[in-house]
Amino acid sequence: MKAKIIITPKKAVVDPQGKAVQNALEHMGYSGINAVHVGKYLEIELNGADRETARKRLDEACHKFLSNPVIEDYKLEIE
Amino acid sequence: MNFAVLQFPASNCDQDAVHALRDVLGHSARYLWHKETSLGDADAVIAPGGFSYGDYLRCGAIARFSPVMQAVQQFAADGGLVLGICNGFQVLCEAGLLSGALIRNRSLQFRCEHVYLKTLTTDSPFTNRIPEGKLLKIPIAHGEGCYFADDETLNKLKANNQILWQYCNANGEVTEQANPNGSLWNIAGICNERRNVAGLMPHPERACEAILGSADGRLIFESLIHALKSKTMPKAA
Repeated sequence: MKAKIIITPKKAVVDPQGKAVQNALEHMGYSGINAVHVGKYLEIELNGADRETARKRLDEACHKFLSNPVIEDYKLEIE
Repeated sequence: MNFAVLQFPASNCDQDAVHALRDVLGHSARYLWHKETSLGDADAVIAPGGFSYGDYLRCGAIARFSPVMQAVQQFAADGGLVLGICNGFQVLCEAGLLSGALIRNRSLQFRCEHVYLKTLTTDSPFTNRIPEGKLLKIPIAHGEGCYFADDETLNKLKANNQILWQYCNANGEVTEQANPNGSLWNIAGICNERRNVAGLMPHPERACEAILGSADGRLIFESLIHALKSKTMPKAA
């Protein structure tokens, strides 16, 4: 079982990294880009079998540690 | 006074802080390794600058769960004085001891230079010795010092006089140009509602002697010492 966590900056937070990547893409000729948001991707390998317990515990870890709710949002998937 | 200066793996301003407190100001200061669970007889705690735990995940995110921080949480809850400098400020925000967060500088540049700070209130243990209208010339050195908080938090900080320092120019004007990192409202440092925990991105410990270009940082430590002397502050357990 594997957990996939995507952490992105909140919309209200200025994301200078995203802006720099967007500018670079535009300079390279990639048009039609409205915005770029740079975040983090975590893969966590799990050895339990109970998906719901894993989801609950990782959701707590995301909130407490893996993301900072002041500046970031996260999406958690378990597969 | 007895100061405890925290040491996390990759703290790098711990020695500067101990030097300023011990050699310049003549107080007792000792290092406290992150695995310690007790603050000993500390009167105040300094969380120094650096790149604790390599800044992995987020600045301060891992340090905040270290054993010593659990003792700092308790010390702060008992009313003890805690000052976070640069990475220490980031750790205190991550720990929830201070509101908001520090994010990547808007310019994406690591900024290393002297800045001017305007002190907004002398009503705190960290600012009480700063003369009215005195601008502090203090160096910064950070890549992630852009202060962010939502509007509700910012308004609360303002209403409670928790904004201690703002970046300004040499004339004391709080301008966009004087803002080195894009911090909201030019915020350089804040305190908590109870006023016993504060954090700032600039480095007062690097500005305590004229030979370093400024001794203005002393005023912040002298404020702390004055507060400790004038009140019975709780000692660490």
